[in-house]
Amino acid sequence: MFELSHITKRYGSIDAVASVDLVTARGKTTVLIGPSGCGKSTLLRVMLGLITPEVGRVQFDGDTVSADSAMMLRRKMGYVIQDGGLFPHLTARGNATLLPRYLGWDVDRASKRLEELAELTQFPADGLDRYPAELSGGQRQRVGLIRSLMLDPDVLLMDEPLGALDPMIRSKLQEDLRAIFQRLGKTVVMVTHDLGECAYFADTIVLMRGGSIVQEGSFKDLVDSPTEDFVTEFVNAQRGVLTAMGEA
Amino acid sequence: MRLQITLVLLAFSALGSRSLAEDPTTIRVGSKSFSESVILAEMASHVARDAGLGAIHVPGLGGTRVLWEALLAGHVDVYAEYTGTMSEEIFAGEGVYGESALRAKLGELGLGMTGSLGFNNTYAIGMKEEVAERLEIRTISDLRDHPDLTVRFSNEFMHRSDGWIALAARYQLPHEDVRGLEHALAYEAIDNGAIQVTDLYATDAKILKLGLRKLTDDLAHFPKYDAVFVYRSVLAQSSPSFLSRLRSLVGTIDEAGMTAMNARVELEGVSESLASAGFLQATLGIQSVVRERNVFDDVVRYTVEHLEMVGVSLLAALLFAIPLGILSAHSDRLAQPILGCVGIIQTIPAIALLVLLIRPVSYFWDELGFPQAVVALFLYSLLPIVRNTYAGLQEVTPALRESAMALGLGPMTRLWRIELPLASRTILAGVKTAAVINVGFATLGGFIGAGGYGEPIFAGIRLNDYTVILQGALPAAALALLVQGLFEIVERLVVPRGLRLKPVS
Repeated sequence: MFELSHITKRYGSIDAVASVDLVTARGKTTVLIGPSGCGKSTLLRVMLGLITPEVGRVQFDGDTVSADSAMMLRRKMGYVIQDGGLFPHLTARGNATLLPRYLGWDVDRASKRLEELAELTQFPADGLDRYPAELSGGQRQRVGLIRSLMLDPDVLLMDEPLGALDPMIRSKLQEDLRAIFQRLGKTVVMVTHDLGECAYFADTIVLMRGGSIVQEGSFKDLVDSPTEDFVTEFVNAQRGVLTAMGEA
Repeated sequence: MRLQITLVLLAFSALGSRSLAEDPTTIRVGSKSFSESVILAEMASHVARDAGLGAIHVPGLGGTRVLWEALLAGHVDVYAEYTGTMSEEIFAGEGVYGESALRAKLGELGLGMTGSLGFNNTYAIGMKEEVAERLEIRTISDLRDHPDLTVRFSNEFMHRSDGWIALAARYQLPHEDVRGLEHALAYEAIDNGAIQVTDLYATDAKILKLGLRKLTDDLAHFPKYDAVFVYRSVLAQSSPSFLSRLRSLVGTIDEAGMTAMNARVELEGVSESLASAGFLQATLGIQSVVRERNVFDDVVRYTVEHLEMVGVSLLAALLFAIPLGILSAHSDRLAQPILGCVGIIQTIPAIALLVLLIRPVSYFWDELGFPQAVVALFLYSLLPIVRNTYAGLQEVTPALRESAMALGLGPMTRLWRIELPLASRTILAGVKTAAVINVGFATLGGFIGAGGYGEPIFAGIRLNDYTVILQGALPAAALALLVQGLFEIVERLVVPRGLRLKPVS
């Protein structure tokens, strides 16, 4: 789906992403994980063409993502960020139908699609005409997801999609999200810093540190055959608390 | 031919219905902002009507420079001037002294002048009678022995070539606490003892009213200030009957006669129009129709003019300032120059800006007063709107900006559907600031005859009449409040409801 070759992005003298090569599989969920500042969000935004790398090339389904092509290609990608990234001056409906209406869909077609997705994401129908400030965090996140799915994109790009939610709601939404991914068979690229969430969603985990990929593989690969000490440290650091409590 | 002329006239009136400067059947009379000038202008207007012509009096056009520019530009056909003012101020340093030299100089400029109307309104130095008596001051030379006096002169006197500098040099005056002050305010100050010395006109009604002593000009410093009418020479062809009547006024007004008319206006509250009409009837037997003013009608007219000024300038400012704000927000390279320029405009003093604009604006808009006021208001409105548009767009969070881009919306759609609505509250606050400031600032238009609430305010200061000042000041304050309230309603209409909600969590 995405083919990234030799991607380097600098901020001042610091390489946020340094010569990264990555291929994501169609119909699978790829999760980018790593400590903060490792370059995972930057890499996701490079895929969307929101950031132009100094070196390297991004290909999406055979098309090169560039300043000129990005706007058209983004319409085949859904992007979801923390707290939904909703526009506060538009209702849930206004947010979701903004792009379809801009592309010339009539009201009926947009409404029909919106209702389908509200059902899919279990978003209450009476919430559609509320403003983001009138919705709960979980509801905003669902609207963000609906908005990204309106044009039935080939791929979903998600940056800490559940980061702003409290644990109970987060866990419910994780289940719902995975069910939706499985049902739609979408290609998903997700960024998170939470190893549990990562293990829950990922077909492939991409562990990053300091702008480079440390290891790529399944959760089992990371636990059983780490390529370097950092992988084990990272896995243990996140498992540590619960494991320690379980052993006590 | 007649049809063509009519069509051309119609086209002109469609372009600018306020412009009458080139209409040969209407005489435009100017005046400075003091009663004598206004009385003489009313007199010229009566004379024009007596000759069967129309007359428009553009009253209180600030200082000499404003009126002179207006005469040269053809916005005004005639006004009353003093020979001394022309020699010492208008033609300062050119050595134009005496009637024939003045006529020759005016002729070069396409202007003419009548002979002296009969009085010499020279400058004089005045003090309160009791104070002068106590300090034993009778002549200007006596001032030398009292260096501690507080001295305030009209701004004009401070800067004219026969004014303070020359006077101090001639009499070796040692005073240090000397500054400029609006003439009407100087009278107020000398009356309540805040200052002791100021400049006067020889025919000044205030001399009687406030009990002032004119100090003798013992070294004969002040030149003659014979009152004359100066006019555009084209009147000799276009309106000869008016000019011949105007010339019949020569030698008819002596110093006592002029002082009496000034006193009727300033002490008895008679209108300038009525005071001059009374004189014309008594002296030349000219009957004039004087329309007494109706306060309500006046306030309605001031309001309409004021709203026109504020409305036109604000609308123009919106059309320019919002795009400039958008440009600044989208280009770091343009932001500093744009914000810098509109900021610098704001630092130009208002009156200076109005006077500076007279000539350049005349090239595009053949009228004096309204256009300059509108342009000045427009320029002052730019800063709050540009700055708030810039700030409002900068406040849009990177996350929302990215969300809009990530959706695949085009740049114009992002601007119209996302960024401007999100910035709307801040932008509107800037427009509101500009509107409220404009309402107050537009009163300064009275200085260049733009009409509006400034007209009674400036007239009231000139007449030292608070009720006239209030005819402008009260409605101006009310209008400012009204505008403020109006914007609360506009905010409900313009700012999306989603931005006015408080978040649940």
